[in-house]
Amino acid sequence: MKNHAIFSFILVMWILIIIGGGLLVIFTSMISMEGYITVGSLELYYASIAKALFAIILVIIWVYVLTRIKNWVFHKKIKN
Amino acid sequence: MFDQIVPAILISIVAFFLVYVITPFLIRTLEKRNFTVKDYHRKGGAMIPRPGGPSILIGIIASEITLYLFFPTTAIITIIITTSLAFVVGIIDDRWALGGWFKPLALAASAIPIIFLGAYDSNLAFPLFGSFKIPALYLALIIFIIPITGNTINSIDVLNGVASGFMTIASFALTISLFIMQHYEIAIASLPLGFVSLAFYKYHKFPSKIFPGDSGALTLGAMYGVIAILGHVEIVAAIALLPAVINSFLFLSSVKRIVEHRQIRNPTTITPDFKLMVNNDKDAPVTLLSLILAAGPMTEKQIVSVIFKLALFSAFLAIVTSFMMEIKI
Repeated sequence: MKNHAIFSFILVMWILIIIGGGLLVIFTSMISMEGYITVGSLELYYASIAKALFAIILVIIWVYVLTRIKNWVFHKKIKN
Repeated sequence: MFDQIVPAILISIVAFFLVYVITPFLIRTLEKRNFTVKDYHRKGGAMIPRPGGPSILIGIIASEITLYLFFPTTAIITIIITTSLAFVVGIIDDRWALGGWFKPLALAASAIPIIFLGAYDSNLAFPLFGSFKIPALYLALIIFIIPITGNTINSIDVLNGVASGFMTIASFALTISLFIMQHYEIAIASLPLGFVSLAFYKYHKFPSKIFPGDSGALTLGAMYGVIAILGHVEIVAAIALLPAVINSFLFLSSVKRIVEHRQIRNPTTITPDFKLMVNNDKDAPVTLLSLILAAGPMTEKQIVSVIFKLALFSAFLAIVTSFMMEIKI
């Protein structure tokens, strides 16, 4: 296998990081518990947990997409 | 800015020359005490002294203490404590080869001083889109980052010179990124990592005179992680490490569990003319080496050259990302 496949894989990972980061910033900025929880600073922490859950879901999707790409790029060359 | 140039040059010299001078003494001491391991990839299977972690740690601690004399900041104390704790984890593993879960958990514990010293900012910054505040998630992230960077560098330490050479490239990319993003204090504090790695590479490159061992690899990886946290460059740091991340990702997705690398089959075998080729054993894990060797058998030097080209490519992407951090769309 030519090594350009590995360089391409790194490039794809980089693009996914940029896009994933963008989605994270855009969507988590919309998450707010204001109006639902008003006890002191709890609102901030519940919102933070909601953002964390969203981020974890994104990371799971990111790993899934990478696994699919890895299998697709390297399928015929290495055992999976 | 000028008042920072002198300390920056001074700590770079201290870091480089301490490791450069101390390592030959360490090699002789380890040989005398018979702390050596076989280099299976070398013709005749030479016995190589291990671990080189002590000289790496001395270089880091001495240079960071020198910097502290100029700029007494919590960040420098945090770097010293976390890196030292990671070294202790590594030296225990070098001596007693503990189980697969020991290192991640012990490294997670070594990240706790970052939290207690309050040397972090819970904003996670992304290129082009800005940052977002995640107080709950960021604490967990700190606990995860040190084991990830430590083990990632440790897992790529499979050939002569790879861990130290790779760390030299990645850490200088991180330093350049920190300067671009105008985080000057952390950028200067990160200089010893690159210079220590560079000096150690002199003895670690093919044919190795010493191996860093877990103590060396975890020390370098943990310091890299703590700088990423303190400099708010977690994403840039991850990008500079991408080839090593791919290595860990492939390893975990093929082995499907956390396991000590000594407990699994070697992903490569050796041809009669001492080239490395993919191990076709169904129990052998898939790693970055497997991908590189899919082209056919290669010498150790050829493989290391490919890994360094991948590291340079990732370093370039990391620096591009740091420019993108300054742009908001």
